[in-house]
Parts: sequence; C-alpha cells; structure tokens
Amino acid sequence: MEFIYYFGDVFTPINFGLLLLGTIGGLILGATPGLSPTMAVALLIPFTFQLEAAQGLILLGAAYTSTVAGGAVSAILLKIPGAPANIATTLDGHAMALKGEGAKALQLSFLSSAVGGVFGVLLLIFLTPVLAQWALAFGPSHLFWLAILGVTVIGSLDSASVVKGLLSGCIGLWLATIGFDDIMGAQRFIFHPSLSGGINIIAALIGLFAIPQVITMFAKGRKNDGTEAIQVQKHPIKSAFSELFRYKRAMGIGTITGSIIGLIPGVGGQIAGLVAYDQSKKFSPDKDKFGTGHPEGLIAAESANNAMVGPSLVPLLTLSIPGSPTAAVLLGGLLIHGIFPGTDLFDNHPDVAWTFINSMLIGQILMCIFGLYVAGMAARVAQVPQSMMAAIVLGLAVFGSYSVQSSMGDVYVMASLGVMMYFLERFGFSAAPLVLGLILGPIAESNFIQGSMIATATDGLAPYFLTGALNLFLIVVVVLSVLYSGYMELRTRRYTSKEEIMG
Amino acid sequence: MKNLLAGAAIALMGLTQTATADGHANYPERPIMMMVSYGAGGATDFQARIVTMTSGNEDALGMPIAILNKPGAGGRVGWNWLAGQAEADGYTLGAYNVPHFIAQSIKGGVEYSTASFEPIANWGADPAVLVVGKDSEFNTLQNVVDFAKANPGKLTTSGAGLFVGHHIAALQMEKAGDMKMAYIPTKGGGAAAMKAVIAGDVMAGINNLSDAFRAAQAGNVKILAVADLERNAFLPDVPTMMESGLAVDNASVNFRGVMVPKGTPQGIIDKLAATVPTMFENSRVAGKMKAGGSPMHVMNRDEVLAMWAARQETLKELLAGL
Repeated sequence: MEFIYYFGDVFTPINFGLLLLGTIGGLILGATPGLSPTMAVALLIPFTFQLEAAQGLILLGAAYTSTVAGGAVSAILLKIPGAPANIATTLDGHAMALKGEGAKALQLSFLSSAVGGVFGVLLLIFLTPVLAQWALAFGPSHLFWLAILGVTVIGSLDSASVVKGLLSGCIGLWLATIGFDDIMGAQRFIFHPSLSGGINIIAALIGLFAIPQVITMFAKGRKNDGTEAIQVQKHPIKSAFSELFRYKRAMGIGTITGSIIGLIPGVGGQIAGLVAYDQSKKFSPDKDKFGTGHPEGLIAAESANNAMVGPSLVPLLTLSIPGSPTAAVLLGGLLIHGIFPGTDLFDNHPDVAWTFINSMLIGQILMCIFGLYVAGMAARVAQVPQSMMAAIVLGLAVFGSYSVQSSMGDVYVMASLGVMMYFLERFGFSAAPLVLGLILGPIAESNFIQGSMIATATDGLAPYFLTGALNLFLIVVVVLSVLYSGYMELRTRRYTSKEEIMG
Repeated sequence: MKNLLAGAAIALMGLTQTATADGHANYPERPIMMMVSYGAGGATDFQARIVTMTSGNEDALGMPIAILNKPGAGGRVGWNWLAGQAEADGYTLGAYNVPHFIAQSIKGGVEYSTASFEPIANWGADPAVLVVGKDSEFNTLQNVVDFAKANPGKLTTSGAGLFVGHHIAALQMEKAGDMKMAYIPTKGGGAAAMKAVIAGDVMAGINNLSDAFRAAQAGNVKILAVADLERNAFLPDVPTMMESGLAVDNASVNFRGVMVPKGTPQGIIDKLAATVPTMFENSRVAGKMKAGGSPMHVMNRDEVLAMWAARQETLKELLAGL
C-alpha cells in the first residue's frame, strides 16, 4: 500500500501539468499513423534531460499509456493501425465507423482501454515480484511454441476461408524472412538495398491496411454517385458505459490475455490485441458478427493492448531487462538520471518509482476522459468526401511510413505491399493473417534456432522442445486450437452445403 | 520564372564556392545529423544522444546535432547507408561500433570497410564481461574454463549476435583456453542475452559491462571477468581475463565514436577532429554518462585511426577460420 503515500507527488502543479501534457501529446502522437508508442517515447527522451527524474518519468509514462490508446483513433477512423498493437482494433472498429458508429467505436475503445490499462497497472503495483518469475519462465522453447500457437489462429482470423487465411499467413511468414537474418547474418531475398533491413513492420502495416482502401476509395470517386456520405450517429457516453457492461466477457478476456502476454519479454504488445480478439471470438455466441462491426471484438482488442502496458514494465523494473522496445527507451530515460532499475529500485528510489507508476494509473483515467471528449468530434472524419479522404489517407500513409526511420525505402515497401494487398483482397484474402505471419515468423524462427543451439549443446532437440510442464501445456493448447479450427471449418461446410440443398 | 531559377542556381553555386574557398571556416552553418545504426533506446543511441547534447554550445560546434536512427541487421543497414548513400558534405556524421562494423566488413556481404569512413573521435569503451546467473556453481573464470575443457561444446554462452564484441570475446576465450564453448547468439541484442543468463536458459553469458553492472547491482548475476587490458573503474573487484590466466586482450571492447563518410572535405574533418573530443570532455556530458553507468573513453582522430588498424589485423586473423 506504499504507493498511496506517493500519490500526492503526482498532483503538484508541475507534475500534474506534465502528466496532462504527456497524455494529450501522447493521444495526438498515437493517433498519427507511423508514430508507434516506442517512437513517441523516444522523441520525448531529450526533453527529460532538463527535468528531474520523477518529472521526466511522469512525462514518459503518460505518453506511453496514451499513445497505445491513441493508436485506436487512426485504426478506427482511417483503417491505419498506427502500431502492431492496434491491428485487431481495425477489424471491427473500422467496420463500425463505416456503419456510422464511429463515435460509439471510439468511446468504447477508450473506455475499454482505460479498464484494461488500470487493471494492468494495478497488477504492476501489487504483483510485481510474482510476475517477474513468470516473465523469466519463458525460454526459447516456450516462446517457439507460443509463436506456433499464434500461427494456429491465422487460419480463423478475419478470413472467409481457412485455406485463404493460411495462405496469406504463409505470405506473411515469407515476407518476414527478407533481409539480413538477425542471428546468422545471412542475406535472404535482398534484391533492392531498401530491403536489407527486412520489411519494417510499421511500414508494412500501413501499406497492407491503408493502401487497398485508398485504391477502393479512388475507384468509387470516379462513379460520383454522391450516395457515399456516411451519417454519423451521435452516441451518448452513458450508453457507451452500459454497452461496455453488456460485453463483460470480451472485456475480461481482453484484459487477462493482454496482461499475461504483455509480461513475456520479446513478444509483448505486438500480438496481445490479436490473440485477445481471437479468443473472445472463440468464446462468443455471436461468432459470425465478428469482423462486421461487432463491439465485442473492438472491446477485447483495445482492453488487451492497454492491459499490456503495466505488465510489460515488470521485467524492466524488477530485473533491469527491457521486455519490449518501448521499455528499452524508458530504460534510457531512467539511466539518464542515474537510476538503475532492479529489485532494489523500490527501496532506493521509492519516490521516483511510485510516482512513475501512479502517474501511469492516473494517466489511464485522464486518457479516457480526453479520449471520450474528442471521440464525438473525431468521428465526423467519416463525413469527409471519399475522394478527399483517399488523398488524406494516402498522404498520411506516405508520411507515416517515411517517419519510421526517415527512409524512402520504407515508403516503397509500403506502396508495393499495399498494391499487392489490393489485388489479394479482391480474391478474398485478408491483411490481418498476413501481418500476423509477418510478426510471428521471426519470433518462431529465432527462438527455434536459439533453442536448437542450446539443445544440441545439452540434452538434444526432443527433450528440450518436448518436455517440461510449460512446453507440454503449450503443445496441448496448440493441438486443441488446431482441432477447434478443423471442427469449425467442417461444421460451417456442412451448414453451407445444407443451405445449398435447401436453396 | 526560368531566369529566376537560373539566377538562384548561380547564386547557390556562388555560395558553395565561397564555402570551399574559405577552408570551411564557417562550418557548421546549419544543424548536423548523426546516423546511429541501432534503434532508439539502445545503448549506442542512448550514449550518442548524451555526448552530442552540448554540441550547440558556442565552445563546441555552435550547431545542434540531431540523431537519425537507421536500425537493422545488426547495424549493417545504417553503415551501408552511410558508406553508399549519405552525402559527404560534413553535415552527415555516423556513430561507429568497433569491432562490429570491422568484423562485418571482414566477413563480407556489406558495402563498407574501414576505408569507407574517416574517424573523428571516440567517446566510449564498453568492455565485454563474462556473467553467470546468481545461483550458478561457477564462481571464478577458472571454474568456467575447467568446465568447458572437461565438457567440450557443452558450455552454453549467450551473446548479442554473431560478429559483435560478445562473439569476438567468445572466440578469443576459446582460442586462449584451447577449449570449445557453445556460443548462442540471441536476437534482440544484449538485453535478450542477459535475460537468457538470468532465467537460466544458458549457463553463462558475455555481455556489455554497463548492462552487466546494472544486473549485478540488482543482484541477478555474478560478473566473473572483464575482457580488457585493465580492471574497470565501475568494477574494481572484478579481475581481467588475463589476470585469471586467459590470454584475452581488448579486441572485443565495444568502442563507440563518431565518423564521417569518405570524401568529406579535409577542412571539415580537421575542424571536427579538433572540436569533438573537447565536446565529449564537457563535465555535463561526463556526469550524465557516469550516472547512466556508461564507461567513457575519449580518443582523438589519430588514436582512433591506430585502433581501427589494429582491430583490422586482429579480427582478420581471428575470423579467418570461420
């Protein structure tokens, strides 16, 4: 309960001002395509040089929390996921915006972000020592199986057919091999210098999601039938609350999945949203509504990606190991003030540590308030005429992919992947499984190589990958997941054939 | 319009000519960019931001230095860019990591070598250290060597990738001790390699002194030896590998500093070489670096040139068999 003692420090005028600045700035940065939470925090580091340690961390903590939530804005309104964390948000969020429910989608996304986020920070406050052990439990073999588990959901994610889902997953896995391989340094499929660093995940995200949409919008613009304007329905905040309580299951699944996955170093937030989305789809009675603008999917994805924020800092604050790229940037922010995170951080610098954590807690709530305030206004974006919208999205896509590492190479990658995806979508393929393949490929590959190197030096491949409680548990889940997908596929096939007979 | 453009072009040409004529006395006239070939938040990026923070001062360059991150493929993407695409006009600097870029250029597949760059000055030297988990049965370097000799190829040792300082240190240890270790390169840099040691995924690890120092302070690892010529000020009680009887020199020490692409005007190189080392010695910079646990080691251009040449020799020999 020590943290309550330090709550006062958050509310001194300067600290609270920084907290507001970080939250509002974070929302804006997060809503800008291409500026991922990691980038936003890195951009703010130089400003903290001039501040005291606790003040600097308040700014960084608030920015981290609100950029993750802010990413939902462009994901919902423009179908551009600003960071991997927001991929699952686009699936139902953008569909809702197209139905004129943009305001509702934004309100639900900020509310569920806040619930997930507060839960995650509370975990960080109360369970840090226990969670640190859990974070360490995942070695290369477990991470490999975890990535394989991710691969098993590819087929069922946002695709009409399992085969097409798996095929686009394979394209993603292949794209992930491009570039210098990080472990051995071998060159793979580099036929242009801009590919030597591999496909940048953020540039790929922007291209795969936004460009097909831009092309479709331009194509529609030629028809000029003028019927495309979307009516934006007003949505009172009160009913957003009651909506949220109606979908308690999605909320719970999202929050818990996000917290657990956020803990695991090296996997982190990239897949938390997607896994939560998939799980809540499997447990929901309205499976068919997912992907068509169903609030459950949106709630699960957004509560998961903010629940991940708190636990993702556990390895950093207790073991001094940054578990995610953003945590690595925050480590820099700590070191610059001579603060070494570790088990004794809470003894040596309790004021800094607790003020930082408290500011994230209050930041979640402030983020929610500001988010709800802008939701109504931002949803009007949908009223912008299609032709103009296409130009704006295209401009943002180019800006976003260039700004990742100030490189035109990423813009070329974004554009070519986008054009490719446009044609793939016309044949019923979908971007989400492709991106999941792109994210999971390197995790599976590098952990398999590392694991097999350790295994050959010790007891051999089979005992290393196939024994141990955690390995066996993950393997069982993988098998169950495959069986479930197969069962669902067979069932839907039977239904369709019956309908065909009836028809 | 055409006339206007032509006029502007002539005026511009005139400007550039005066710039060359006065021997770059006015350099720098606009902010400078420094490329870091690792991501934001990494040790190199973090240190680069600290050591360049005073460059806008009048006694330094008088113009700020902005950091541009070009991460990817263990630094190859950024250094390829600096060697091939960056403009050699003095407004594009780059951060180097030795032995990384030299080892990569010897191994091949990249567009650069030591001949592609001109060093300006060195700011930091982060030696590789041997770490084991806090509950490990190894307490000295000798324990580790004995185990590796008795069980060839069984000592799993993590490090941040191939052809980086950690890998070089492992190769040197194998050569000096006439033994075989199982070097496990991790993806995700030194942090992932350190996690493998703390979690017990591997038996030992080679890591940066600065990161190991923090992990040891937190009570998660034991540091057994430093791969450097002398003991480090951060770890006065930890012996060097040579003291412990393993002939490993400082070839694996991660030197970080500033360089420019070949072809940068000599006048600018001279000016930078004169100013940058004093900028590194600024007391504010030194204070921040010390607070962050980053060992500083300022070297001037001539010293860095000699260091590069020496590394080139050692690494060529060491990597010949791979």
